[in-house]
Amino acid sequence: MSLFSTFDVAGSALSAQSLRLNLTASNLANMHNVAGDPAEVYRARHALFRAANGTFSSALAGVDVLGVVESDSVPIERYDPGHPQANAQGLVYAANVNAMEEMANMISASRSYQNNLEVINTAKDLMLRTLSLGQG
Amino acid sequence: MKSVLGVHEAALLFRARRMEVLATNLANADTPRYQARDIEFGAVLQGAANRARFSVTHPRHIDAAPPAADGSLEYRVPHQPAQDGNTVEADLELARYAENAVAYQASLLFINGKIATLRAALTGSR
Repeated sequence: MSLFSTFDVAGSALSAQSLRLNLTASNLANMHNVAGDPAEVYRARHALFRAANGTFSSALAGVDVLGVVESDSVPIERYDPGHPQANAQGLVYAANVNAMEEMANMISASRSYQNNLEVINTAKDLMLRTLSLGQG
Repeated sequence: MKSVLGVHEAALLFRARRMEVLATNLANADTPRYQARDIEFGAVLQGAANRARFSVTHPRHIDAAPPAADGSLEYRVPHQPAQDGNTVEADLELARYAENAVAYQASLLFINGKIATLRAALTGSR
């Protein structure tokens, strides 16, 4: 029965969106990390999605996670000579996490997750009804 | 058996296929450059009507065969395409998905009715 691939497609989206939520949690948790060297400080991480064409059948595409990339934007430089991690110039570098961006990302991921969950629930209902066809 | 269930069997298959396509759109709502797709109901209807076309028995008859349409996938024209090239509009897709689910249930209901009729005929409606 072809409805089964609905579960595969929506399931791949669920796992992709939950990865995105996890990365947002990681970014927000490490938002206030600082380091004396800009190369060592935490960088915001984001997931790269791609449509996995032809995984289940020619027309359908699940979501493929290509990988996790670290943001290229420069760490936030702050003059704080009293900080134990400050470098010789008295500078510390904070993680390049943008809280607003992360919150928007979190809402988007959570909405997408809910949508896919609803897709699975509806498909499940229809499958069960189809299984009991002719019994009523 | 096929003639008993009539068009509802084909309708059920169409709804099941469209459900997969819409689920794919919703799954890829955040995938860059993904293009939303859908199956045109009219095209499927025309494909079904292909079977019931006029017979050409005279050279001057016009063969009124509609263009071949097997319900192939078409790309959606978005109202507001996203900047990353994604054309999925999740709310609209969800609405279409719900509509499709209701139509699927309607087809199931019709088939159930046909089966109940058959059963009544077989058992003498006891």
